[in-house]
Formats: sequence, structure tokens, C-alpha cells
Amino acid sequence: MSKRNVNVSQVIQEKDTKKRNQMYNKYVDQMTPKNSLPKNMVGAFLVGGIICTIGQFFTNYYMTLGADKETAKAYNTITLVFLSILLTGIGIYQKLAKFGGAGTLVPITGFANSVAAPAVEYKKEGQVFGIGVNIFTIAGPVILYGIFSSWVLGLIYYIFKYLI
Amino acid sequence: MPENNQASNKPKMMGSQSIVFHNPPYIIAASSVTGKKEGEGPLGHFFDLVQEDPLIGKDTWEEAESEFMKLAAQIAIQKAGLTNKDIRYMVAGDLLGQLIASSFGVAELGIPYFGLFGACSTMGEAISIASIIIDGGFADKVLAATSSHFAGAEKQFRFPLDYGNQRPYSASWTVTGSGAVILSDQKGNNKGRAIRVKGVTTGKIVDYGIKDPMNMGAAMAPAACDTIKSHLEDFNVKPDHYDRIITGDLGYVGSAILIDLLKEHNIDISNNHMDCGKEIFDQESQDTHAGGSGCACSAVTFASYVLKQLEEGAWKRVLFLPTGSLHSKVSYNEGNTMPGIAHAVVVEAE
Repeated sequence: MSKRNVNVSQVIQEKDTKKRNQMYNKYVDQMTPKNSLPKNMVGAFLVGGIICTIGQFFTNYYMTLGADKETAKAYNTITLVFLSILLTGIGIYQKLAKFGGAGTLVPITGFANSVAAPAVEYKKEGQVFGIGVNIFTIAGPVILYGIFSSWVLGLIYYIFKYLI
Repeated sequence: MPENNQASNKPKMMGSQSIVFHNPPYIIAASSVTGKKEGEGPLGHFFDLVQEDPLIGKDTWEEAESEFMKLAAQIAIQKAGLTNKDIRYMVAGDLLGQLIASSFGVAELGIPYFGLFGACSTMGEAISIASIIIDGGFADKVLAATSSHFAGAEKQFRFPLDYGNQRPYSASWTVTGSGAVILSDQKGNNKGRAIRVKGVTTGKIVDYGIKDPMNMGAAMAPAACDTIKSHLEDFNVKPDHYDRIITGDLGYVGSAILIDLLKEHNIDISNNHMDCGKEIFDQESQDTHAGGSGCACSAVTFASYVLKQLEEGAWKRVLFLPTGSLHSKVSYNEGNTMPGIAHAVVVEAE
């Protein structure tokens, strides 16, 4: 499709349904206000940066308590996950995410929220069919494809390291 | 061949998809029950009842929505000075799977019930069918109602409430509440002018290939365009025949698209178009992006603000056509588009 603008006359006059629908989609895209990318980027940068700085603070703190670097990082992850779930449960996380966008989504906080949110929502449908079935409804793809891609990359690594 | 028992040669069928009533039913009462956000909006003071608690003391969103519908029905029946037994049929629907909000909401009322699904166009469909039942002499009093609930709809169609995501500008906010109207074959005793449903134009499903559930206004606009065009042709009238042409929840994006689409058919509604989704919330202060949506959006606006304008003589005649998008989560996941529909009713003050 060319980059030039579609006007609505072209949509109405188009007899072929498939082409008409394509043109209508383009027309709608022109008519729909977009979220401001610069504004979103700034929000994501600030919030994501602050979350990661807090994470670094915790890592450093656990090291001063005597943990080695790897253990401190693990404790940091646990702490951030806990805080994320707590904020989700008391309804603050959503407000933060509205401004932060990817800044809240990309760190481990996003994953924790995506598991905690359905757990809260589906409690009403019971422990098994409510929470049990639905808790990974958003995180499921992350878990499945995260593990799957690790396996694929592991396989590629193995092939290159030992077989080639 | 006579269309009804009365010896009348006037046709009831108009054009290709419309009906003109020989015994236009009266709207003798209406009610609107909404949630807190709607109560805080520009139309808040028009509603009969605003419920601060989104659960209304119930355990689940679905039960709360049923309660909203039950309350709306009861208030409407009370306002009409009737009892449940006086209502011959109830015609109602909602957005939830298998219409559980309606079924559980009306169960206690003991009224013979037709459940129907029209997504956000349900109020138009319910009033259409209720009117047909009365004009045909099959009932004297019919209640038409619909409901929606923000939390229930988010759970059904989108994400859990606490999930941290950003909504695009084209997304709409599902209205929490229920609207009900009672139609009768006799004039009621409401103060103000009598209001009658003069005819209906039933919508066809129209699909221009939109797949984005965050832009439902764009998905439904072609259906509204088709119904308006068909209606004006069937009744042979111009847009200015109506004080207002009222859509349900096209929102800011969908409304602009509708006006554009109609202009291509030499129909200009830019002067008298009204969209309930734009009116029910204040876009700036309530952060509702493209506007309100859901079955209740058109229902509560119609049952409160629109009927009031007709009763008090500010408007004489309106075309009320809420729009709906007939997709489901499954159809969306399977890569299908969002087909739209719009049901129009002609409402006139005497």
C-alpha cells in the first residue's frame, strides 16, 4: 500500500470488499489520535529507571548485609516481586503503570503484576477453576516462549560449541 | 391482504428494513441506575439512582450487574405506577457470556422474558422488539432493559482490573449501570408530553474489516452509517426531520468517521448528531479517552436525558440508534474482524 493518505471517498467508492476494508483501516488509522510516543518514552524511561535504581539499592544493601553478589541479586528480585504484588493488591500499581508503561512492564515488576492481577480478579470463581486456571492468563505466553526460546538458543549454542 | 386485525390498508412494512407502527406504543416510564463515575459525569444529575459501590454489596461484578438491572426494572415499574404482574413481557440483554447479568437480574421479577444479544446496540434492539410486540397487539405493557458493568466487561473482554497496561486514546470506558423503559399501548400519566415510538429500522450487520477492539467506534461507524442511510430512504425523510440523531457509543473517533461516511452519501448529520458515549463522561477530567461504551451507555442516556428533552418540549422527534460490535474474545483471537450493527427507533413527543 502506498504511503499517501486515504480519503473516505475512496473507501466508499471501492467496490471490492477486501480492498475497501484495507482502505478503511488506513483511513481509520489517519483519523485515530495516537498516544504521544515522546511522552510515553519519557514516562517509561523515568519509571523504569527509578525501579531499576531501587533494585540496585536493594542489591547493594543485601551485599552490605553479607550476601555475595549472586545471592544479593536473587534477594533483590524477590524484593521487587514482593513490592510489585503488594502494590497490585492495594491498587496502586495500575496507576503507576498508566504513566510508566514499558517502564513498569519490562522489569520483573511487570511479570509479577501480570500474575497478581488475575489472582485478585478470579478469586471469586474459586481456588481451582478461578485462580488456578486463570492465574497465568497473561504471563503464560512469557513463561512458555521464554523457556522455549532458551531451549532453542541452548540448542544453537550446543551445535556451535560442540559440533561445529 | 390485511396486515393486522384492524381493517387497515396502510402498510406496516416500510422500505427494505423498516416498520411504521399503526398503534405507536407509548413510553410511559423509564429509569436509569448508574455507578459512581457516571454519576460524577455531565449527565449525573439526570439519573434516577447512582450507586457509589460498584458491587452494590454483592460478591461479584456479574451479580452486581444483575442487581443494577433489577433495580432499573423495579424503579421503572414503580414510576409507571404498576406492579410486576402488569408487565406482560420483559425484553433484555447485556454483554456477558450467555447473558447471565440479565437472566439472574430478571429471575426474581417473575415476568415472561425474552433475552437478546445486540452488544451495545441492545437498547435499540430491545425497544424495537418491545414496540413490535405491542403494536401487533400481543401485549399491553412491555419492559425493555439492558445493562453493562465496567469491571465485568473488562474481565470478559480485556484485562483484570489491576493489570498495569496503558489504554490507547481510541479506547472507550464501559458504562456501569442499567437503563429500562416501559412501553404501553395506552397513554401513561407521566407529566409532560406523551412520548411514542413511531417506527423502527432494524440494522444489518456491517463489517469494514476493523480488527482492533481498542477502537470500537471505528468498527461500528459503518453500521450506523448503513442504518441511518436505510432509514432515511425507507421513510423518505431528510436528517433535519429529527432534532437529534443519537448514536450509542461511537465516541469521539467513531462519530467523526460516521459524519464523514454519511457525507459521502450526501447525508449531513453534523448539525444534529449526538453520541451518548461523548455525552456521558467528561473526557478531560474523567480520563475516559474516546468516551463511554457498553449497553448501558445508550440506555441510561436515553432513559434520562433524551426522554426528558422530549417530555419538556425541547425536542420533538429523535432517531435513537445505538451501535454494537458483535465480536467475542474467541472471534478476536481467531483473527476475525469486528462486525457492527445499529438498531434505530423513531421516538416522538406528542
